[in-house]
Amino acid sequence: MGYIELMDISKSYNKQSNVLNGIDLNIEKGEFFVLVGPSGSGKSTLLRMIAGLEEISGGTLKINEKIVNHLPPKDRNLSMVFQNYALYPHLTVEQNILFGLNARKIDKQVQKKRLEETAKLMGLSDLLKRKPRELSGGQRQRVALARAVVSEAPLCLMDEPLSNLDAKLRANMRIEIRRLQKQLGLTMIYVTHDQVEAMTMGDRIMVLNDGVIQQVGEPITLYNKPSNLFVASFIGSPKMNLGKAVLTDDHLIIEEELKIPINSTQIETNIKNKNLIIGIRAENLPLGSNGEETYEIEVVNVEQLGNETLVSFEVGSELWTAKWLGQWLGKVGDKVPVHISIENIHFFDAHTGNLIQAASNTNKQEVVKI
Amino acid sequence: MTVPISRKILFYILLMISALVIFAPVIMAFVMSFMDNKDIMTGSLPQTLSFDNYVKAFEKFPLLKYLFNSLVVALVITFGQLVLSSLAAYAFVFLEFKGRDFLFFLFIATMMVPFEASIIPNFHIIRDLGWIDKYLGLTVPFFAMAFGTFLLRQNYKQIPKELREASLIEGMGDFKFFLKVVLPVSKTSLVTLGAYGFLTSWNMYLWPLLSTTNDTVRTVQIGLKQLQNQEQLNDWGMIMAGAIIVIIPTLVLLFLGQKKLQKGLTEGAIK
Amino acid sequence: MSMSNPTLESLENEISEINFEQIKKKQRLKSFAKGMLFLLPSIVLFGAFLFYPLFKTIYLSFFLTNAQGETTVFVGLQNYIDMFASPVFQQSMKSTFLFVLYTVPTTVVIALFLAVLANEKLKGIGLFRTIFSSTMGISVAAASVFWLYMFHPSIGFLNKMLEIFGIDAIGWLTDPKWALLAVSATTIWMNLGFTFLILLGGLQSIDSYLYESADIDGASYFYKLRRITIPMLSPTLFFVITVTIINAFQTFGQIDILTQGGPQNTTNLIVYSIYREAFANYQFGTASAQSIVLFIIILVMTVLQFKLGERKVHYQ
Repeated sequence: MGYIELMDISKSYNKQSNVLNGIDLNIEKGEFFVLVGPSGSGKSTLLRMIAGLEEISGGTLKINEKIVNHLPPKDRNLSMVFQNYALYPHLTVEQNILFGLNARKIDKQVQKKRLEETAKLMGLSDLLKRKPRELSGGQRQRVALARAVVSEAPLCLMDEPLSNLDAKLRANMRIEIRRLQKQLGLTMIYVTHDQVEAMTMGDRIMVLNDGVIQQVGEPITLYNKPSNLFVASFIGSPKMNLGKAVLTDDHLIIEEELKIPINSTQIETNIKNKNLIIGIRAENLPLGSNGEETYEIEVVNVEQLGNETLVSFEVGSELWTAKWLGQWLGKVGDKVPVHISIENIHFFDAHTGNLIQAASNTNKQEVVKI
Repeated sequence: MTVPISRKILFYILLMISALVIFAPVIMAFVMSFMDNKDIMTGSLPQTLSFDNYVKAFEKFPLLKYLFNSLVVALVITFGQLVLSSLAAYAFVFLEFKGRDFLFFLFIATMMVPFEASIIPNFHIIRDLGWIDKYLGLTVPFFAMAFGTFLLRQNYKQIPKELREASLIEGMGDFKFFLKVVLPVSKTSLVTLGAYGFLTSWNMYLWPLLSTTNDTVRTVQIGLKQLQNQEQLNDWGMIMAGAIIVIIPTLVLLFLGQKKLQKGLTEGAIK
Repeated sequence: MSMSNPTLESLENEISEINFEQIKKKQRLKSFAKGMLFLLPSIVLFGAFLFYPLFKTIYLSFFLTNAQGETTVFVGLQNYIDMFASPVFQQSMKSTFLFVLYTVPTTVVIALFLAVLANEKLKGIGLFRTIFSSTMGISVAAASVFWLYMFHPSIGFLNKMLEIFGIDAIGWLTDPKWALLAVSATTIWMNLGFTFLILLGGLQSIDSYLYESADIDGASYFYKLRRITIPMLSPTLFFVITVTIINAFQTFGQIDILTQGGPQNTTNLIVYSIYREAFANYQFGTASAQSIVLFIIILVMTVLQFKLGERKVHYQ
């Protein structure tokens, strides 16, 4: 049994269509759990239901083996960090941090001790007398975190806490939050729309779309074995290249353009002649040496990132992107051979969007090679 | 943007003429209040200036008493309006309960009932309560205020909902959140509304005229009317001295808070 | 519901479900009570001093009363019939509408002129803004006293001016031809401050990039005024016009001090008429009937403001 258990949780407003549907989920103690999905997917609603800020329309929510559906937020023993930090603008940093402890009427001596510890941990000791408007974005973020830390609640909920920060600061805070969570042994539920955050921070990730769970698993699993087209295109950057495909006896034909020879042992036989969608990651489309399994493509765009190069080309009606290490100095309009290997291809059912067969070749070796 | 000099000069001339015309009655009254009555009657320029008219006004009339009454009435109304409006606005923004929309409609409806149209029963109510010539009768009927509620509601809506949610997680009740967070955060609007409330209640005329029959709680506006009424001798210097005393508190308030009032009133009304 | 095989878990679920319903009901009741607690003071006072008196006024308008205001004889619509037949009331209505016609457009046009002037970014503009808004801080009693002097037949400023140009003195407040105009002038002066302040606020909330892009296009001052300022200001203008109209219908103080409704009832505006009927003649029945007329006029004005200005002026 997990620390937090969601059983068939659903949410509807005004008894109309459900915002969330049949959510079943277990979160372990000490786990960093990320809820990720596009805006409107219901991830924030789910978090707010766990917090007690939204009523649960159906199902059961247990925290620490106790049903808490009916409990107000304060009795659920948790802390929460909001996207806009929710700092009280008229109070100093110190008063902001102690706000909750005051509300819970905790002894002044204890308050003082906890404040000192937390301020030191978060590097806020010199800022205690300032008002929020006198702080930088990163400092405000830290105060918001300090408020969660000082409460000593074992469960911490975060709702897109980094989306108001600039990219550089965000990368720093990712590491900091992650370290803090491990250090304090917190159970964390973290909501984000940013798949990079999800991949880099989560012990496990849940991908949510339209109020329905798409997949739950470790980051690398989601990347290597996306259970459907939504997860496949949502996780990973640049996003996975997709294309309509048909499987004949000895060929895979993508977008009626690329013809890849196969031998039958590589593919489950029952998907032949089905409508398929195949997917292939950008890093699995290397520049080919004029040998086997290469296909001539015409470059339509080149993006130089310094350490790698993104090359776009058209496959039928789709625009594909290949990611090549190093600096490739080709131009738009160049004809270039690209290597496509059958073992890097994911197969999805075109009708349901579900994964039929994941790529047999994972990227493990490549990392070793570099 | 650069304004050509010629246009600047034109604007200054227009501004100064307008200011002079608008302020002329006040300037005249101000000068007259220091003038000898003989000079006023003959219409000559002031020969001597003195505080005699002010001294006379205070001696002949209980002006100090009137001023005190007005101050009490204006402060009590202002305070009452702030308390009731801020409480009501809180309910409309932060609380969710059945019938809230209906009550909000009711508040809007109050703006369609002019006080003047219901003044007869109101007078009878105050009389039957024994509140004639009492501060209570002068103040209590004006505590509830739809405009103030709307103005504060507009302001409370700017407060991020997350502040309330964070306080919910900490276990803070509504009334405490109202006192400790909402009121301090909306301080500026409260001051604006307070200034507006003070201004209008200090300047009230019809109701104090009806609900006071003697000097005990009579306000300075009605005092001014008496001053003007009973002075058949045309002692204009003294009357003007009285009028200047009446407008000083509100003018000072207006000069201090003109910017905020302008912003606040526009926000409360149009959004 | 499975009666036959109550496993431990389903039993637990059932119990908790029952609890949820009760708790939810309790919470809903609690939040209702809390909401009412916050609103109660306002509701009670609105009830006592606004809604109840309104209905009482309607009730009274169907009765004759004694001097204490107690109802004596039910007369149905007779008060209304008498009222509309009364030449004094007809004169009062005529004066009131004329008064609105004299004051509202003039106030708004002058205030708009002042607001446009004061919206320029010039040195010392703050002082002019303060002066223009100053009449808002001047009470009706004080303003009336100021203008009482201005209109004074022998020593008043206006007649002194006429004297210089060799024009005969005018009985501003005693001549039926002039009295309503004199009262209107006083009212316009008094309302300028408030109207100016609101219009200035409206002007300042117009985005400056609109003017900047017009400048790049080389638009003239008056072109900008006509094509940007006035259209962008229209919600504020609309608000100001309705408020000024409503205020005009509620005019009382300046009448009481300047003319007491005279001469020949030419300045006997509706609120003053109600006041005199009720508190000088003790005719509470007919006074109530007049109050209802006033109420309906204001009601129509307010509804008009909400309906027509819905898109621009809204409180929701």
